[in-house]
Amino acid sequence: MKRVYVNEQWCLGCHLCEYYCAYANSGQESMVKALKDRTINPRIKVEEKNGISFAVNCRHCNEPLCVKSCIAGALSQVDGLIVIDASKCVGCYSCIMACPYGALMPNEEGVMQKCELCTTNTHGKPACVQGCPNKAIVFEER
Amino acid sequence: MHYVIVGNSIASVGCIESIRKIDQTGTISVIGDEPHPCYSRPLISYLLENKTTEEKMTYRNDAFYEQNNVKLMLGKRVQAINTETKQLSIDDGSLVDYDKLLIATGSCPFIPPMKNLESVKNRFTFMTLDDAKNLEKVLTKESRVLIIGAGLIGLKCAEGIRDRVKTITVVDLASRVLVSILDEAGSSLVEKKLISEGITCILGDSVKEFVNSDALLTSGRVVGFDVLVLAVGVRPNVSLVKEAGGEVNRAILIDETCQTSLADVYAAGDCSESIDCITNERKVLAILPNAYMQGETAGRNMAGEDAFFDKAMAMNAIGFFGLHVITAGIYQGSDKLFTTESGYKRLFVQDGKLVGYILIGDTINRAGIYTSLVRNKTDLATIDFDLISEEPLLMAFAKKERAHKLGDAQ
Repeated sequence: MKRVYVNEQWCLGCHLCEYYCAYANSGQESMVKALKDRTINPRIKVEEKNGISFAVNCRHCNEPLCVKSCIAGALSQVDGLIVIDASKCVGCYSCIMACPYGALMPNEEGVMQKCELCTTNTHGKPACVQGCPNKAIVFEER
Repeated sequence: MHYVIVGNSIASVGCIESIRKIDQTGTISVIGDEPHPCYSRPLISYLLENKTTEEKMTYRNDAFYEQNNVKLMLGKRVQAINTETKQLSIDDGSLVDYDKLLIATGSCPFIPPMKNLESVKNRFTFMTLDDAKNLEKVLTKESRVLIIGAGLIGLKCAEGIRDRVKTITVVDLASRVLVSILDEAGSSLVEKKLISEGITCILGDSVKEFVNSDALLTSGRVVGFDVLVLAVGVRPNVSLVKEAGGEVNRAILIDETCQTSLADVYAAGDCSESIDCITNERKVLAILPNAYMQGETAGRNMAGEDAFFDKAMAMNAIGFFGLHVITAGIYQGSDKLFTTESGYKRLFVQDGKLVGYILIGDTINRAGIYTSLVRNKTDLATIDFDLISEEPLLMAFAKKERAHKLGDAQ
């Protein structure tokens, strides 16, 4: 399955992936409307320290600990993709406890959100990849 | 091949899903005593809190049993396993043959003897969907609810019904709340939260006797109530395996393949006792993720693979009125404490490994990174432990390990 991968050596630490993610999942047509004067809560997050930086998002594990730990049956694996049915999530944070990558976080309503590779928004292909100026983030089969 | 699963909760679903990844043609029968498709029991408090609905509580979608070609036998109880003839006797008088059997019977409420308990009319336990619906029927804005037990079940019940009733009093013999998963500081934080939300906690006390609508406590205190919820603890349902001659301690003994001591009989979930991967001791680790993964492992073995589940450990994610708590592992060795605005983080290190943690309040983000250190028994000398103690970051892993984690993930 094609996944989003980050080539650490090319990451500039610019955080544009976070902005593109927030925009893609905002439901807004205009990037300005989606982002202006807002604190973004993206599903991809850049870690940076001492000149090193890289982005982290859901790895879409073949053996997903989040799915197996979800008490609500809100997380599931559909053709390899890990998706969340936010209407079933009660915000117990079991997936936060389980995910070894720290790739799930609460949304504004207190239920979980995660990267679904932009398959569940209008963008269709990962916006973080499109928005990465140095091609550090790629969408490929490995 | 005829697979039979006794019990229709999380371990059962794990078993069905793993069998069907390997064997699409064998028959799977599920016998469950509750008249519902699999739902999530931990959600019953959220149901009463109106944070979910009965439809949304189903653990898998409506088509699940059909898609997986499962024969559901609900509202039925298995009375005995005959391991000689490989048959189950059902309470409707019928017999069911099995080739491979999973016992996933869960647990039931433990009710300690209390004087005149049987005289209490509005008396409930809080484990099943029907328990929750029965409780809901009697609750009014005027109800004074007495909950016996300040553990996970009792306190989630309190949270779930708080807005529906007049008062809630929680009584527990232990001197603090959530004693099974928290240290003293954590218990104190949660207790403060409960009190601020209007819940009365009476700790280090117990009911001596019920007289009319009063509970007389050992301390001499009297608590008036209209509705009683019993949430003292649970007991694993072991009788089927025990009576068939299988090895049972507190719960049904299983090995790392999730097999019991009986041939072709497996067990998973809250009815089973397995090895805690941190302490290597036998334990009942009655938590939902273990139930799923044990059921899944049992299913793979039942379908002919060689699968092992050797990562069973204690872990809990729970919250009360917005105060979130995540814990894992054991609380031994030296500890590192970070106090924050709304909570704290406590990490426990033993023999150069992270063996457990407690996170409360604003320290819970990315907790799974800590869980993975515990689960994988990561040698802390190979990572930047000072950095990861401050904040759970993948940055703390060596570059090569990081590249492997993020770049080779499957």
